[in-house]
Amino acid sequence: MTDYLLLRHRNIEHLDQLDVYLQNGGFSAFKSAITNMQPSDILKVVKESGLRGRGGAGFPTGVKWGFLPNNLWPHYVVANADESEPGTFKDREILEKNPFQFIEGLMLASFAVQAKTAYVYLRGEFWQIANILQNKLAELEQAGFLGDHLFGTEYSLNIYTHLGAGAYICGEETALLESLEGKLGQPRLRPPFPAVAGLYSRPTVINNVETLTNVPLIVQHGAQWFYGFGTEKSPGVKIFSLSGCINNPGNYELPLGTPFRELIFGLGGGVPKGHKIKAIMPAGASSSLVVADKKALDTPMDYESCMQILGTPLGSASVIVIDDSINMANLVNKTTHFFKHESCGKCTPCREGTYWMAKITDRIVRGAATDDDVNLLQAVTSQIEGKCLCALGEFSIMAVQSAILKYRPDFDKLLAERISELETPALKFEQPVV
Amino acid sequence: MGKMVTLTIDNQPVTVPDGMNVVDAAKSAGINIPVFCHHPKLKPAGMCRVCLVEIGRPEIDSATKQFILKDDGSPKVRFFPKLETACTTPVSEGMAVITESEKVAKARREILELLLTSHPLDCPVCDKGGECPLQNLTMQYGPPQSRFLFDEKIKLAKNYPLGELIFLDRERCIQCGRCVRFQNEIVNDPVIALSQRGRSLQIITNSEPGFDSIFSGNTTDICPVGALTTADFRFGARPWELKPAPSICNHCPVGCNITFNIRREAMNGGKWTIKRVMPRQNEPVNEIWTCDKGRLVYQYLESDQRLTSPLIRKNGKLEEASWQEAIDLITEKIIVVGYDIAALASGRLSNEDLYNLKELVHSRGGQTILYTHMAGGDQSARMGVGEGTDFSTLGPETAILVIACDLHQEAPIWWLRLKNAARNGVKLIVANPRPTRLDEFATHIVRYQYGQEAAVLSAFEPGGKGFLAEVNELTAREFADATNAILFFGSEGIGLLHSEALAQAGSNLLYKTGHWGKPNNGLIGIWPHGNTQGAWDMGFKPCMDMPDLICKTRMMYIAGADPCGDDPKLAEEIKSIDFIVVQDLFLTTTAEIADVVLPVLPYTEREGTYTSGDRRVQRFYPVLPPRKNIYADFSIAAKIGRPVGLELEENAAALVFSRIASTYPGYDRLTYQTLAEVQEQWPIIGRGDLYYGGTSYDNHQGTGCRLKNEIIFGELFEPTELHLPDPIQIPGGTLLVVPVTKLFDNGNLMQFNSLLEKRKWGAELLMHPDLAENYGLQAGEVVFLDLEKGEPYPAVIKTDGDLPSGAALLPRSCGIPLSGPRAVKLVKMAEKD
Amino acid sequence: MNQLAENYWEEIQEILKRYPPDQKRSAVMPLLFLAQRKKNFVNDQSIREISDILQVSPTDVASIAGFYSLFHQEPGGHYRIQVCTDLPCALRGADGFLKALSEYLSIEVGGTTSDGLFSLEEVKCLAACDHAPMFQLQGKGTIRYHQEQTIETAKTIIEGIRQSASLNMEGELS
Repeated sequence: MTDYLLLRHRNIEHLDQLDVYLQNGGFSAFKSAITNMQPSDILKVVKESGLRGRGGAGFPTGVKWGFLPNNLWPHYVVANADESEPGTFKDREILEKNPFQFIEGLMLASFAVQAKTAYVYLRGEFWQIANILQNKLAELEQAGFLGDHLFGTEYSLNIYTHLGAGAYICGEETALLESLEGKLGQPRLRPPFPAVAGLYSRPTVINNVETLTNVPLIVQHGAQWFYGFGTEKSPGVKIFSLSGCINNPGNYELPLGTPFRELIFGLGGGVPKGHKIKAIMPAGASSSLVVADKKALDTPMDYESCMQILGTPLGSASVIVIDDSINMANLVNKTTHFFKHESCGKCTPCREGTYWMAKITDRIVRGAATDDDVNLLQAVTSQIEGKCLCALGEFSIMAVQSAILKYRPDFDKLLAERISELETPALKFEQPVV
Repeated sequence: MGKMVTLTIDNQPVTVPDGMNVVDAAKSAGINIPVFCHHPKLKPAGMCRVCLVEIGRPEIDSATKQFILKDDGSPKVRFFPKLETACTTPVSEGMAVITESEKVAKARREILELLLTSHPLDCPVCDKGGECPLQNLTMQYGPPQSRFLFDEKIKLAKNYPLGELIFLDRERCIQCGRCVRFQNEIVNDPVIALSQRGRSLQIITNSEPGFDSIFSGNTTDICPVGALTTADFRFGARPWELKPAPSICNHCPVGCNITFNIRREAMNGGKWTIKRVMPRQNEPVNEIWTCDKGRLVYQYLESDQRLTSPLIRKNGKLEEASWQEAIDLITEKIIVVGYDIAALASGRLSNEDLYNLKELVHSRGGQTILYTHMAGGDQSARMGVGEGTDFSTLGPETAILVIACDLHQEAPIWWLRLKNAARNGVKLIVANPRPTRLDEFATHIVRYQYGQEAAVLSAFEPGGKGFLAEVNELTAREFADATNAILFFGSEGIGLLHSEALAQAGSNLLYKTGHWGKPNNGLIGIWPHGNTQGAWDMGFKPCMDMPDLICKTRMMYIAGADPCGDDPKLAEEIKSIDFIVVQDLFLTTTAEIADVVLPVLPYTEREGTYTSGDRRVQRFYPVLPPRKNIYADFSIAAKIGRPVGLELEENAAALVFSRIASTYPGYDRLTYQTLAEVQEQWPIIGRGDLYYGGTSYDNHQGTGCRLKNEIIFGELFEPTELHLPDPIQIPGGTLLVVPVTKLFDNGNLMQFNSLLEKRKWGAELLMHPDLAENYGLQAGEVVFLDLEKGEPYPAVIKTDGDLPSGAALLPRSCGIPLSGPRAVKLVKMAEKD
Repeated sequence: MNQLAENYWEEIQEILKRYPPDQKRSAVMPLLFLAQRKKNFVNDQSIREISDILQVSPTDVASIAGFYSLFHQEPGGHYRIQVCTDLPCALRGADGFLKALSEYLSIEVGGTTSDGLFSLEEVKCLAACDHAPMFQLQGKGTIRYHQEQTIETAKTIIEGIRQSASLNMEGELS
């Protein structure tokens, strides 16, 4: 992709500096919005653009903004920068290299829903990024883009950062709000939804960083322009984070609807020499394992196609590539441990179920398991399914179920070998791939 | 009546108020949906997932917005493939719920198996076994075996003290969150919380002392497993060995309904023994709760130190005697002293006891004195809240004024009810010289100085008699204009003199603002004992000039009071009385100087009635067999009366009560039968289905009856000319010290309980740091209070920046005899000889 | 004496300004990070001090400290070497990297070096999957990423810290 929309810093050097950003049309959308347009105009154009949430759920952004009632104030906007899904690192690049476009998107969203205060919730590990972001916000305040009565209008806006402290579940909307409010980061019951009762029980919009980064361009160029990229139901571009057994890991901005093949073999350089691709996880650890056959590789990467053709959501488009050197039982042990560690513990099936799954996969990879254990593992996933309070529990079973279904021989192999070491054997690759 | 919704549950039509959740709706129709984290008194949580049921909703035509109908005219109902949690789902018109089906049973089995993967196989040694919802539900729906490998089960602390009163077994905890939510939502004490996450989610406490809440015991009732147990009952007995015995707590004027659990045990010589105290449901009184004092302080009832026989002073020493001897001696004296006889009794006695004693003494022309530091019961009898009063029904049309009281310490369950009432919109006006835990929920706070109580209430009157800067007009109007108004008055920092004026001022205020004679209006006294209101009703009044009375008395009959132990100066005076009879459970200091000591049965070994502070009469029932050779107070009075020509009911408390009913207008139409009637209660708590409400006991033995207040009986009420007490003089070199009530004090009955040592208040003088500095005192320093009652009393200084700077506070019942505010000379350690 | 309030008064005020005045509870997390600066863990005293400053019960503050992975309630190294061994990093050699580090530092995963400078911890995805293997260094109130590591580059970083680190009287890194 030569003309980046979101990763514009790859075209323009030093775009993370305010003067460079301004020189390149920065904040013209925001300025014209608050001086010439109504909040409802911004809402309308974003709705019509068909922009969908880029955090994983793919919910139409403009529709979400439209849910906020006008009889309860103040309104809040929260940017979800808690990027913690394994295999996801797209928001990081935006925050590090093109922060102003994201901030401008956040500012436009705030104006659209008439919020006077916005928060950026960053995962705690982004400590450095948060510090720099705070400096950038201070710069903007100095330059008159944030604060009171901006550009001589009635509109005032302040943006603050809030650091998380190492909890994947805080990427879930309502858990994020709980965390921001200073409570345990455990998801709330829905309804009510954040749009109606969110931060401090007020109407709140929560959007992913990448989603917001699209907004200034949409406001600038219009809804129709956005449909020039991607597909009809999934318009626009998406940043795909490519990782795993791949020669060129990294972020790739592509129109939605680009097939997996182009990402993995075209730009990604394919799997390391001497190996064949085995499977794809399109949505990070919260994916089913997709057998990397021709059908899969030809599948367009958009929200509809993935679901319809591959039976798994595109999610955050964190594509993890797995080659034939990897045993799926080992892989699944990694994912079960991830979910066990990150479960918030509020609901029984996730709290007990992720713990149980991890215990079983531990023994499988240690060679201290039997065929019954693999069957039991499958049974436990069904036990968890459909009962959890939030999506974490539901997603925790996907890799496990698909691995047992499609890669049973991998499990049988570890049972047969009866390795009696107590340590988890390292996955292949002693050296990083260059 | 709000909007009602009709749905079907298991094909049964059910109509309930809109907004109710499916679990509660099913319960009201007699259908039990298993729950762990849900509790009808808590907000729904949706955590445990055991209440998953099939829910179908009628399909709606998007064009007409009407239900799509089937051929037979009934709405087409669509069931979603995913089960939903009944506790978080509000009912809706036409909803169909299926609580018993293969799908639901499978889901329950799976959730139970998941819970049991971490739950230890402790049933044989677990206190909850036998009254355990998890056990019962596993028997009903659970898998017979677990597929989890036993040696992979998580190992956690099994004996973790959340403070010294409540123990946590971390392995048993199923993370339902009921305890934490109870502490946060209901009693506003965030002293326990969930921490860590995932499988490690656990309960912690970081208060000093741990689990610092006077309601902590209730969490052991609502805990659905044996994770939370009290130090009192832990490993005490198996539930199936216990018999329930209903009673009433008499520590404070709320009158919580309780149930004693008893069993006969070999280690106690085959005697029936109290193993624990549980709350009994009485929604208008204590809902399903009780405070930790009521739950934990009962050991005195069975103490070995109890008197076992009458004692008579012979040759200067008290010696055991027979009842006949004792009664002969007493009746002999009664005849001799004529009308120079006085009875001194406290609100610890039941109505029956007090009635018979009064009859005895009045028949001789003598006086009946209430031993108390608080006056005003005649006012609350006249102006008390009437029938139909129910705190839970009150809303914004009601104003409640609480004056001179630390309600959290003096009547914990009323604090709980009023704070919840405030949450429902009641205008709560809190008037007190210092901040208390009720302030947080107050609509208005009024600060005044100790001694100004009555003047404050006068300032509330329309026209504001004696305008006080502290009461602004808005606040006064809020009270005067409210449709309903209830006035609670306590004894914060005051004694008889000021409380009498306070009660009078309260009556006047209620009368002048028209808040009397109807439900949810009236005066409530926050008395020091459980039956103080009853004592007033039965004809006992405090005496404003005890020394004068004592001079004129030749025989004093003291029942349920220890004036000599409380106050050495009073002891000196009492000693001078010719003949003293003491009737008590223990050989108190007063008993030691008596001429005759008579042993009595505690309320657990007989029956009777108490009248609560809000004028509800409740029966208590025998819990344990009465000890031999001991009688109830009322029986003793009858035994004494007979030889002097007075026929009193000696054996049946019910018959004493019928005499009470025919004597006092407020008590008429009440009988032991009417008192034993039970009103239907919601939520439905009980033995049948433990998981829904917890293990509090349901009430089969009577929810009590309210008294009519006297003012209804045509007695004309004239607002009394209020004489404000003179301001308290503070001569140079003295400090104003005022008495305040603490829940866990160092009183007589607390001596038999070792669990509450860390939480008891002792001889501590509480003052603002500035005040301490003025007197050259430091926190932690020991200072001596010269009360001109013998040796000065030591007390430890404790500073608190929230206290007013004009007075120092001293807890009652801590060993220092201060019954009212006074100027006290402080003697420093160095100055003491 | 509230040490946090004394040492960080201005910063605390700045933090409080971010949230509505009646929502002081939101500041618990930032204050926990503050409390962790000197010794790389939060002790009971800090919890009470935060409770005092924000008027939130000590139990509630402690519950937050226990929920999140970046708050430590037990002492560890002045620098916590946190290696991501989650799936994408593992696919690129992170497990082997962790083992090598453990051998180099002569401590088990979860342990602390005898000079108290380093502890070695295993953590979940740090959003650096394209630069694996990597670790983050949590210490002195900062969190910094060190990406595309080999055991050699890691050694350089560790020894660099060892040489320049000095502990003051209270055992805190200066």
